Amino acid sequence: MPTRTVAIGSSVGLHARPASLFTQAVAATGLDVTIAKSGQPAMDASSILMVMALGAGHGEEVTLEADGDGADAALDSLVELLARDLDAE
Amino acid sequence: MTAGTTAEAGVTAGTTLQGVGVGRGAVVGPVARVSSVPKPPADEKPPTDKDAAKSSVSAAFAAVATGLRERAAESSGTLSTVLSATALMAEDKALIKDILKRIDGGEPTLTAVDRSVEGFCDMFKSLGDYLAERVTDLRSVRGRVLARLMGQAEPEMPDLSVPSVIVAEDLAPADTAALDLAKVLAVVTELGGPTSHTAIIAGQHGIPCVVRVTGVMALEDGQQVAVDAAAGTIELDPSEATKQLFTDRSELLKSLEENTAPGATSDGHPVQLLANIGQVEDAKRAAKRANEGVGLFRTEVLFLDSKEAPPREGQAATYAEVLRAFEGRKVVVRTLDAGADKPLAFATQPDEENPALGVRGYRLGRITPSLMETQLGALADAQEATGIYPWVMAPMIATKAEAQAFADQARAVGIKTVGVMIEIPSAAVRAEQIVEVVDFVSIGTNDLAQYTMAADRLRGELADLLNPWQPAVLELVARVAAAGTRSGTPVGVCGESAADPLMALVLAGFGVSSLSMSPAAVATARYMLSKHTMDWCRALAAAALEADSADDARAAVVSRIDQKVRQLLAL
Repeated sequence: MPTRTVAIGSSVGLHARPASLFTQAVAATGLDVTIAKSGQPAMDASSILMVMALGAGHGEEVTLEADGDGADAALDSLVELLARDLDAE
Repeated sequence: MTAGTTAEAGVTAGTTLQGVGVGRGAVVGPVARVSSVPKPPADEKPPTDKDAAKSSVSAAFAAVATGLRERAAESSGTLSTVLSATALMAEDKALIKDILKRIDGGEPTLTAVDRSVEGFCDMFKSLGDYLAERVTDLRSVRGRVLARLMGQAEPEMPDLSVPSVIVAEDLAPADTAALDLAKVLAVVTELGGPTSHTAIIAGQHGIPCVVRVTGVMALEDGQQVAVDAAAGTIELDPSEATKQLFTDRSELLKSLEENTAPGATSDGHPVQLLANIGQVEDAKRAAKRANEGVGLFRTEVLFLDSKEAPPREGQAATYAEVLRAFEGRKVVVRTLDAGADKPLAFATQPDEENPALGVRGYRLGRITPSLMETQLGALADAQEATGIYPWVMAPMIATKAEAQAFADQARAVGIKTVGVMIEIPSAAVRAEQIVEVVDFVSIGTNDLAQYTMAADRLRGELADLLNPWQPAVLELVARVAAAGTRSGTPVGVCGESAADPLMALVLAGFGVSSLSMSPAAVATARYMLSKHTMDWCRALAAAALEADSADDARAAVVSRIDQKVRQLLAL
């Protein structure tokens, strides 16, 4: 199954605005995407509550996983999104 | 969440309700109620038709999300962002899935919604302060969904045609953002805490705020109330005398800001009045106000949200900027106090069961000694660059040996004035020995209360135990102050209790030589000290120490201070 690992680019970490932008982007892919911090169980990446509860801070690495048609391309775009400082934009 | 005190008639003129005040303002005005949040009945039965119950829950969440989205589209800026984010929560798949699973498992419908939301809230709360606002958002979604399922209107913000006192069970950021703050005279809530989002926003706008007021939802729209943030009281249908007093108080509060003298008792004993700061911006703002410098510079703010400790050069530049902002006034820097409720990506121990009792503050050096080395090096660089010498202290010191080790390390790099925080009971008990090896100490009353009373600072239910007026806490503070007085070592207090003007007198009476607080609280403390002699303060301190409870201690002091001052400050 395609996976990608990326460090969170947002200076405030993956909550508030960055989390809502990310989960919306996940939902838009139409795929089941999961997100996990290293060594922790994977969460539904389209759930803003789960993503915020992940508590991923700035610079922390998360791993995305998805399956299905276009999973690689979808993950590439999601990783690109997470690497940006969404809060500054 | 406590069971709501429902709107029973019988709240009459002259009645006073008690809560926890935020700020010192006082105001009289009409009530504007935010309708109360529905609760699932205690005797709710599981649905007979689970599928129907499940589809009604899904429909209610969808309708709430749509409503929030529509409001987001009609608004702009922060309000729009907050509403959109709240809408996302209302259509969260994980949340809805959990509720449906609970209904399948036999839980009653409304109870399932309630418990599931609370489960997510607990998860957020366990992650620390930074998700606290999301908890209120999520509960606000729950209130809307429950209202719909029970066939009621969703709780909405009142339309403010005249300046009003907002009365609500609790206010989510989305609710607060929807208020026209120019028309809000005061905010009163039944739940919430003094550090909740609502209280903070109110504070920033200088709006008097009282939280945790039991029974406040029984007030009626348009009813006149006198809200006193200093006393934490709501007086119903206030008298002319109260209205006049509130006007006098507003004038006094304005005049306090104009006094810029150094802190001293009325007979001239100096008590330094200092500011607590966390960032360079705070420092620049605080430096413009009347105070004698900084009593607590919380450096961990510079480290939050960083993957690695900031390099020495970057830290040194920041410290230099703060030192320059105060142009030679005293600046007390506290070294990194991370851990517990202030986790850091690079320093927090992930598997701690009891973070408040774990590797935090000075103890981080046991695992990552480079943090302290770099920070002290950066402080030395900053004093070299500016020619201004900061006072430097370490947090979470438990023993004399730790105090000695820190003092040696700091002096070795050229720090001239070295101190430690006294916030662990063991350090307070051994203060007399600790002051032998440092140049000053500073009492952190919040943590000292937490550790003395074994009560978590983040638990609102334990607020009474965390009260700094608790006899055991006062006794430890007095002990530390006495040790300082005997050895001629300056003893500061930098917890929130320094901002309590009554406590300021008691602390001065104990022999505390400096009080550090939020910059806005300095003016009232200065006024309070200037109205009492040092002997008077000592008598107040003795009276407080004799009391058997926190309430009695405070009451003993209230009854013994200058009564004109008491009336004007509403103490």
